[in-house]
Amino acid sequence: MTQSGSELLRHVKEQIKEVDPSEVAQLLGEGVVVVDCRETEELAAGMLPGALHIPRSYLETRIEGVVPDRSQRVILYCASGIRSAFGAHTLMADMGYSDVESMAGGFTLWKDRGYEVQVPRSFTAEQRERYSRHLLVPEVGVEGQQKLLDARVLLLGAGGLGSPTALYLAAAGVGTLGIVDDDVVDLSNLQRQVIHTTDRIGTPKVDSAAETIKALNPDVAVVGYPTRLDASNIMDIIQGWDIIVDGVDNFPTRYLLNDASIRLGIPVVSAAILGFEGQLSVFAPGRGPCYRCLFRQPPPAEMAPSCGANGVLGVLPGTMGLLQATEVIKLIIGAGDPLIGRLLMYDALAASFTELKVRQDPECPICSRDPNEIADEELGVFPDYEAFCAASG
Amino acid sequence: MAIIRIPPVLRPSVGGEREVTAEGATVGEVLNNLVGAHPATRDQLFGEDGGLNRYVNVYLNDEDVRVLDGLDTVVSGADGLVILPAMAGGASLSR
Ligand SMILES: [Zn+2]
Repeated sequence: MTQSGSELLRHVKEQIKEVDPSEVAQLLGEGVVVVDCRETEELAAGMLPGALHIPRSYLETRIEGVVPDRSQRVILYCASGIRSAFGAHTLMADMGYSDVESMAGGFTLWKDRGYEVQVPRSFTAEQRERYSRHLLVPEVGVEGQQKLLDARVLLLGAGGLGSPTALYLAAAGVGTLGIVDDDVVDLSNLQRQVIHTTDRIGTPKVDSAAETIKALNPDVAVVGYPTRLDASNIMDIIQGWDIIVDGVDNFPTRYLLNDASIRLGIPVVSAAILGFEGQLSVFAPGRGPCYRCLFRQPPPAEMAPSCGANGVLGVLPGTMGLLQATEVIKLIIGAGDPLIGRLLMYDALAASFTELKVRQDPECPICSRDPNEIADEELGVFPDYEAFCAASG
Repeated sequence: MAIIRIPPVLRPSVGGEREVTAEGATVGEVLNNLVGAHPATRDQLFGEDGGLNRYVNVYLNDEDVRVLDGLDTVVSGADGLVILPAMAGGASLSR
């Protein structure tokens, strides 16, 4: 049987349900999945609030990733209601979806009627290409990529952990990266600190890191702090950042950072490494325990080997730094289960991961209190602080 | 009896082993037997009052024994203990 295009459309429309924009407006946010099946170039004028985007040409191949439940109520729309009618017919007749409708009149009628429109930030053609593999992942997509571009992440150190974290966050399009580091690039760093290069030995690490990041992704703004984090500058430096990536090598700074971040409500993605082992956890104020809940006190200096003089397998900070970067991206786009209230231990020699529970301590001297009541003098203080700092020099 | 996971900082005290086994019906007994076999671990695990140092956590499987019954927590043969001292290796911000 040969049909003209208009006959086919009429035939398809007889077999599907169409829904009026006025009804869709009532259903938004009520558990209905709304899918915009226009092409990417058509989205500049806006989308229905909360709609997901799958171009019509990818509908059959991507719908299951976005809507795995075939009984889920789905409303498709396009510009005028034609492509969405064909799409709805295909999903129902050929793919086993039971409740797919097409919005009559499409986005054009929706907008003419004055219903709410969400205008996505317009990506440049270069950005659409650069982030195309993110835009294809349902958990990231246009919305997640916008969040990444808007995010501000502060890295404490451009060393073993900070190097891979910074590289991948920059590649992912995290819009603003802060880097705190007062060190210069040393030849012995290059076995693991992959953001630096041999010809930059002697260059400040913040400058070297900024140069690599700029070359990798010009979308990223870098804010360098060529300084040491201490009680006198921490509040000024960390204020205004969305997430802090902690890989510092000494306990006084870890406790200082913990307390200051609790006061400001900034989540910290924390990692530590020694030899062939790494630890990772996310400390999110108000959502889980803090570093002091995990370790009420630091060990005495003689039992706390710091990384400076100790060996480390070069790839280990790479592994742990990328786990940190992964947690950072999850926090930004709101996907998955962040490592809050859990500690992940990685043993490279055994090739094994162990997960431990981290409980919020109801008697925690910092996070059990009103953050506004934590005084400047208390930040980073613990019993024996004076003795610890004297011994660690 | 339990298998005890030894953290890198304690390994020199147990002859370099990553895991050791020790007898005992409670966490305290197992750790005491560990200290008996490897006396160098005593000061790292226990304070002068005989309690666990505040900078060392001990987990029965994945749970902190402080939220269980502490050193009195009952251990069975299939259990693993994890000793976790605070660790701070990474970047060098304030050398
Ligand atoms: Zn706490």
